[in-house]
Amino acid sequence: MKKIKMMMLALAVNGSAVAGGMNDDPFLFMLKVDKLELSDAADGTAMVWDAQAWAGKDLNKLWLKSEGEKLSGEGTEEGNLEILYSRAVAPFWDLQAGWRHDFRPDPDRDWFAFGVKGLAPYLFEVDATAYIGESGRMAAALSVEYEYMFTQKLILSPELEMNLYSKDDEETGVGSGLSDLALGLRLRYEIVREFAPYIGVNWWNKFGKTADYAEAEGGDSSDVEFVAGFRLWF
Amino acid sequence: MSPSRRRFVQGMAMGGMAASLGLTSRSLWANVEQQQKIPTLTGTEFDLAIGEQVVNFTGTPRIATTVNASLPAPILRWKEGDTVTLRVKNNLPETSSIHWHGIILPSSQDGVPNISDGFSGIAPGTTHTYQFKLVQSGTYWYHSHSGFQEQTGLYGPIIVDPLEPEPFTYDRDYVVMLSDWTDEDPTVVYAKLKKLSHYYNFNERTHKDLMKDLKEKGLARTWSERKMWMQMRMSQRDLADVTGYTYTYLMNGQTPADGWTGLFRKGEKIRLRFINGSAMSFFDVRIPGLKMTVVAADGQYVQPVSVDEFRIGVAETYDVIVEPDEAAYSIFAQSIDRSGYARGTLTPDPAMTAEVPAMDPVPDLTHMDMGMDMSGMGHSMHDMGGMNMKGMDHGKMQMGGMDMKGMDHGQHQMGGMNMKGMDHGKMQMGGMDMNGMDHGQHQMADMKRKPVHPSDFSSGKVIHAPTEYGPHVDMRAQAPQYRLDDPGVGLRNNGRRVLTYADLKNLRGTNDPREPDREIQLHLTGNMERYMWSVNGVKFANAEPLRWKMGERLRITFVNDTMMNHPMHLHGMWSDLETGDNDFIPRKHTVIVQPGSRISYRVTVDAEGGWAYHCHLLYHMLGMFREVQVS
Repeated sequence: MKKIKMMMLALAVNGSAVAGGMNDDPFLFMLKVDKLELSDAADGTAMVWDAQAWAGKDLNKLWLKSEGEKLSGEGTEEGNLEILYSRAVAPFWDLQAGWRHDFRPDPDRDWFAFGVKGLAPYLFEVDATAYIGESGRMAAALSVEYEYMFTQKLILSPELEMNLYSKDDEETGVGSGLSDLALGLRLRYEIVREFAPYIGVNWWNKFGKTADYAEAEGGDSSDVEFVAGFRLWF
Repeated sequence: MSPSRRRFVQGMAMGGMAASLGLTSRSLWANVEQQQKIPTLTGTEFDLAIGEQVVNFTGTPRIATTVNASLPAPILRWKEGDTVTLRVKNNLPETSSIHWHGIILPSSQDGVPNISDGFSGIAPGTTHTYQFKLVQSGTYWYHSHSGFQEQTGLYGPIIVDPLEPEPFTYDRDYVVMLSDWTDEDPTVVYAKLKKLSHYYNFNERTHKDLMKDLKEKGLARTWSERKMWMQMRMSQRDLADVTGYTYTYLMNGQTPADGWTGLFRKGEKIRLRFINGSAMSFFDVRIPGLKMTVVAADGQYVQPVSVDEFRIGVAETYDVIVEPDEAAYSIFAQSIDRSGYARGTLTPDPAMTAEVPAMDPVPDLTHMDMGMDMSGMGHSMHDMGGMNMKGMDHGKMQMGGMDMKGMDHGQHQMGGMNMKGMDHGKMQMGGMDMNGMDHGQHQMADMKRKPVHPSDFSSGKVIHAPTEYGPHVDMRAQAPQYRLDDPGVGLRNNGRRVLTYADLKNLRGTNDPREPDREIQLHLTGNMERYMWSVNGVKFANAEPLRWKMGERLRITFVNDTMMNHPMHLHGMWSDLETGDNDFIPRKHTVIVQPGSRISYRVTVDAEGGWAYHCHLLYHMLGMFREVQVS
């Protein structure tokens, strides 16, 4: 068996040269800013980002994800970065594992991340990740997105995002259980595939202790925000 | 359509100069002939120089890869029986090669780097000499087998004139070479497909189509028709990976804005040698107002068949004969996904032009194209696309009392049936027992044809290899059928007589009447979303060569486990395509395997050495490729 694997490896190395200098699986890089938007939050205009980047080949990639929010005139309110190894395990699914660092709010938190990302039947884009943090903290995040094509270029995209935590964390303002849920609806126009401005509306709600913490700090536990931004990739 | 988009689809108009110079009709004729001619080289000794050349098809200058500064490369006109010598100088900064597509020759002369015996490509600045004897005649072509050079222009026609007189006559002989040009770097095109496989597809079904379906079919049927596609995460409009969004389709190197012009004189019969030299594009070709008599396929004579339209897969060739009246006609070649077209004009007078027809609507793939078992014919008539049952629609046919039990078990075997007779309502089918359909779908066709051996179409059970399961394969056809008589998606029931493989019959009988010694089943596999392509789930880089024995007679059965057409090309040996009559098996070099279907051909293994065997879609062939070793 080992021998066969070695042979396959040798062939893989030679093989790409055999096809007339063509490599079927080139090393590629992609940056994808899914959201870069301004939203009319209750306490001023907020800038929200949600971006990903990957580098690698068909089945194995290094994957970076970052999302966060910054209120205008203030520092970053929320922000995290994930570094994941992504491996294709099924035709439409990648298994992703790595590390997440929440650099805002203070104090920062670190998590092991393990999740799946892919395209579910009926064409729902799903990203579901479980996290294990310090002192036995656990968390889960789910995002589901769908695309409805009004035309070839005008696309309506409903989205659901939610976060769950196993323990209250007063310092970072999250309570156990379902902490927050957001429903978004964005309408984008793809001027070219790589660039699409959009407008949309985003409703979010904090639940349980998370809501309590937010209110105790004088914030809201729920809001409807209008957003405008653009999507970009290359 | 925005002006810039139109420019890609139409290309730039560069002709029209002659008219403004106020030339007389006679000099205009000469001018058109001169201007639009692909240079022709004849004889037995040829000097070809591969190099870079600035071209401008869209308004933006680009560098193309050319032979003797010509795009398409010069027509090579050879004579059967001659030994030709071709000195090919590579002036590119990278390795190049030329493969003589469809020409039977020793492996060492076939021109595939690192597969053809002793050939590793033509290094920059060096000259390679090819030499081989021509043992065939007909229409073929040549192209680079290195990198993406074929996409950037390295392709040209080959005509081999026969020793024996031809079985048809004509007064004028034109090559019509179709191709696809992009201003983009092909490596960028490939990277885009990997990142977003539908990048170039602007024909997806949208809100408008949904509303139309809901209105016409109601909620329940719309849902049931679309459900499976959504479950499988596939697009019914996945017809072409690379489209008119980036491609400008060319006819003899002319953009649609210019159009190629073929002149004729009153009363002449014209032979048109269609060659699809595209990287990725299938074309549906017709000449409104003219019947085309197909006389050769892939360079080999077939029994003449008169059609209105034919689909030409990448790398295929068809020779047709037309007999125009004294009028102008459009040669119209729309891409399979209707995102653009190449066009030309046949005219007795350069000043006379013909109307360019509108493109057909964008078709939807059906469950049949997915290789589904279509039990329950009630579903919809679309699913039966392969069947030409127009007669039924018009109620011209008497079908009362027909016992159609057999259809329950294998109704899409009917896809293979030639029911043309029904079109004309000439056939009385009342009381006919159709149980026979179970046993061989060609029974109907056989009313007009010789009987076929039942074994021909009862090819082995479809087995999906363990290597077909994994993240690299997104679909396996559950019930792939022979669909020889299916003109294919977009051409079914379009009211025109469309050529199908079932129409192709060798003019002079089967070349090798031996029964196959063994059968090899090859599955065409891939993952559209990840843009990965393979054979039996194993891409070329990981595959062992196929080892064939000199002298054996093989049957290859392809099963297409994808939603796309794949033009499969075997180098060095003929593909004897089983089209329905064992005594008149046509020989091809490139065979379209329709989505979700299967098809079988025989190969007489009579050429020693290493041979390439691959899908001729340029961005598929990197993975969907095998080396064949014959010893």
